This record gives sequence, C-alpha cells and structure tokens, in this order.
Amino acid sequence: MTVEPGEFCAVVGPSGCGKSTTLTLVAGLDRASEGTVAVGGQPVTGIGRGTSFMFQTDALLPWKSVLGNVALGPLFRGAPKKSALTDARDWLRMVGLAGFEDRYPHQLSGGMRKRVALAAALINEPSILLMDEPFGALDVQTKAIMSNELLTLWDQSKPSVIFVTHDLEEAIALADKVVVMTAGPGTVKAVFDIDLPRPRGSVQEIRFGQRFTELHHEIWESLRDEVTRAYARTASVSVAPATEGVLS
Amino acid sequence: MTRRKLQVYGAQAAVFVVVFGGWQLLTSLKIVDPFFFGQPSGVVRTLVDWVRHGTSFGSIWLQISVTMEEAVFGFLIGTAAGVLVGVLLGQVRFLATVLSPYIKAVNALPRIVLGELFIIVLGLGIGSKVVLAGFLVFFVVFFNAFQGVREVDGNLVNNARVLGASRLQVVRSVVIPSAMTWIIASLHVAFGFAVIGAIVGEILGAQHGLGVVITNSGNNFDTNGVFAGMIIIGAIALVAEWLISLLERRLLAWRPQTVAEAAAA
Repeated sequence: MTVEPGEFCAVVGPSGCGKSTTLTLVAGLDRASEGTVAVGGQPVTGIGRGTSFMFQTDALLPWKSVLGNVALGPLFRGAPKKSALTDARDWLRMVGLAGFEDRYPHQLSGGMRKRVALAAALINEPSILLMDEPFGALDVQTKAIMSNELLTLWDQSKPSVIFVTHDLEEAIALADKVVVMTAGPGTVKAVFDIDLPRPRGSVQEIRFGQRFTELHHEIWESLRDEVTRAYARTASVSVAPATEGVLS
Repeated sequence: MTRRKLQVYGAQAAVFVVVFGGWQLLTSLKIVDPFFFGQPSGVVRTLVDWVRHGTSFGSIWLQISVTMEEAVFGFLIGTAAGVLVGVLLGQVRFLATVLSPYIKAVNALPRIVLGELFIIVLGLGIGSKVVLAGFLVFFVVFFNAFQGVREVDGNLVNNARVLGASRLQVVRSVVIPSAMTWIIASLHVAFGFAVIGAIVGEILGAQHGLGVVITNSGNNFDTNGVFAGMIIIGAIALVAEWLISLLERRLLAWRPQTVAEAAAA
C-alpha cells in the first residue's frame, strides 16, 4: 500500500483487521513486527516531524482551554508562546471556532471538539495527516458538515491523508483512493481509484451521483466478503458458550 | 444565602446542640461520670485557662504552633516526595517492579515503631516529628500519584507525542496534570496523617506540642484536658481542610461540575 504526496487515501475493512494499527505504525508510535513502513522513502524509526494524527476518541487535554490545546503543537516544538497563541487563534478561526478560545473541551459539543482536534492537528502543517475514524462518534449531519470542512482545509495545504473508517460512503466521498483490507491477518485486498472530479462539493449531494453508486457497488462487493468473514469469526467465538449453556 | 444552605447550617447547629447539650446534661445529672467522660463546660474552662494562663509547658499558642509547624513541614515534604517518587515510578515500569516489595514492606510497618526510631536518631526536637509526619503523608500521596500516573489516558500521551512533545514535556503537560485529580484527592487524607504523625511523635517524646499537653492531661486523669486538646486539633483540621478545598477548586477549575458539587452549591 502506497500513498502519494498530497493524496487522500481512505482505508476500509472489517473491525479488528489492523486499520488503526497501520496508522500507529506510520506515525511511529509503534514498531512493526514484520515488514516495513517508509515515509518519504525513509523507514520510520520514531515519531516524524511531518506527521499529525487525529484519534478516534477525544485526545484534547481536558484541563487546557481550547486555545491552549491548539497551541500545544507549536509549543512542544519550541515555538515562542506568543506566536504559538497567534497561530492557534488563526486556526480556530479557520475551523469556525473564533470566540470559543477560552472554553474548556467539556463545554463544547462533540462536533466542536472535533474541530478543535482538527485545528490542533493541522497547526503543525503536517505533510502526512493520519485520521482514525475521526468522525465516527458524531451524528450523521455533523459528520457530513465536518467532512465538507475537512475537504476544504485539506485542499488548502494538501497533506497526504490516510483516513481510516468503517463508513464506505464517507470513504468514497472523501478519498482519491480507497484501500480495502482483509479480515484476520490484515493485508491489502484491493485498491480502488476514486475518479470523481474535485472539488466535489457537498458530501451529502455527491452520494446520489451515478458514478458514486457504481463505485460504491464495486467496492462493497470486495468489502462484503471480508466483513462477513470477520463477523462469522467473532460470532462463532461468542455464540459457542451460549449454546453450550442452553444444551446443559 | 439559599434556602438549602440555611437548612444545612441549621441541621449542623442541631447536631452540635444535641451532642454537646446531651453530653453536658448527662454528666450534670451524674448519669455519666464526668470524671471519666469529661464535661463540655469543663472542657471550655480548660481551654479558657490554657489561653489565659498557659499550659504546664508554656503558652498554648506555643504548643499549637509547634504542632502545626511539624504537621505543615511534614505535609509539604511528604507531598513533594510522594508526588516525585509516584510520578517517577509510574513512568519507569522497571524501577516500580524492582522497588515494589520494599515499598509494600515499609508501608506495612506500624508507624509508631518508626516514630521510636526517628526519635532515637533525630532527638526530641521537631525534626523527628516532621520526619514521622512526612513519612505518613508520603505513602498516601505516593500511592495516589502512582495510580494517577498509571491511569493516564494513553490517547492523550500518544497525541502529545505525535504533536512533538519530548518525554519530559509529556510528563509535564499530560501526565502530571492528569494525575493531579488523584493527588489532590489524597491531600485531604494526607493532612490528617500529617497531624497524626506530629501528635504521635510528640506523645512518644517531646518538650512542646499538643501531643505533650494531651499526654500530660491523660497522666493526670484530666479528661477535660484531653478533650480540650482534641477540640483544638479538630479545629486545626477543619481549617486545613478548607484551605485544601480552596486549592482543589483552583487547580481543578477545568473540570465539569459534578452532580454532587452542583447540589452543594
């Protein structure tokens, strides 16, 4: 699996196939037990400077204000406090949160917290943005709005994105390329190029287009087997003791 | 003042009246022997006497200040050491595993034994009490800090690392603030332990302090004196508790208000 500079790559696959692990390997948070991960041709040996990560669950520091959270990246990298705070303010404006600088994360809605996390990830101007089901916990409408904003922001600086998701529609609407992973030992099953033109406009609209439906159908064919296999495996594990109980 | 607050204060006053009034009544009627159980009026008399004429060991303020000094220094030293060692062992798994049986063994020792030891080593002055109080405080704070560090959300740590934090920066801006909730919770208990350490140390051997006054009263079968000493200690503990709550509210201002806090406000 290769991701080109500036490419938006979505990864779909059944639960537990190693999608998230892949991201931690690229980020340098974990070491691969087999195989190699290379960024810009160099094998990953630690946390790279050009990488940002948006986690599935909230990773904001609850004791820091919104502004403080966004300013963390530059501060950790040794930027002077004043410029870090100015940058953070700019980024908050860009994600539509001007005026919320002094709030604490728990005072914000789920969607707003995601915006803060997005600003905190982008402020380091990453060349690689790793996203692990970032909008998974949001309701459908908020998710659509966040996806649109992500595309707009991505378009401005064009980092390479690896976007892990369960949601095939989300994957197709956002990405240039969708990677389907197999169940069990997570390997790449197939790679689909998404030839929908950009800018794509609203992700709510795009899914009704004919080409979108074709792609969805095609990728789902590939994904379905894996999902079924993964489900059968977890189901057989958890069902077995229950039937035993019924019999005895 | 809200209606609810008024109710709380009213009920607190009622508890006071029932306990001390009942005590006074039962002892005045000789249903309970005031020689063994003291008497609130006698306790107040003793307190007034101590304030006016001092105790057998000098002014009552001197005794209070000596005990406070021991407790406060012990508290500060114990807390600092507890946080430091707790964070260190919480971060360095290997060290924690190596030291674990020793820490458990020392923690299981009855503190009074250590008190004897400290008095032999450090003498009858305030040094031995400070060390004993600090020792008691240390374990309370240490276990909480250690647990707090272990409970830090791995996501927060990973996020900070990806954002570019060095190991020290992770400790400073993620681990310690995150463990702070645990550490502060332990401070309430810890100050109580600091006072216990100071008083026990004084009872084992000292020239000044509330512990000495209480032991002396006990030796003279002066129950009112013992109770008077207890009341002073209780008052000190209440003030300390209030100060720690202030600190807690300041340091943990970021937290969402819990249901209990909302009800109390």
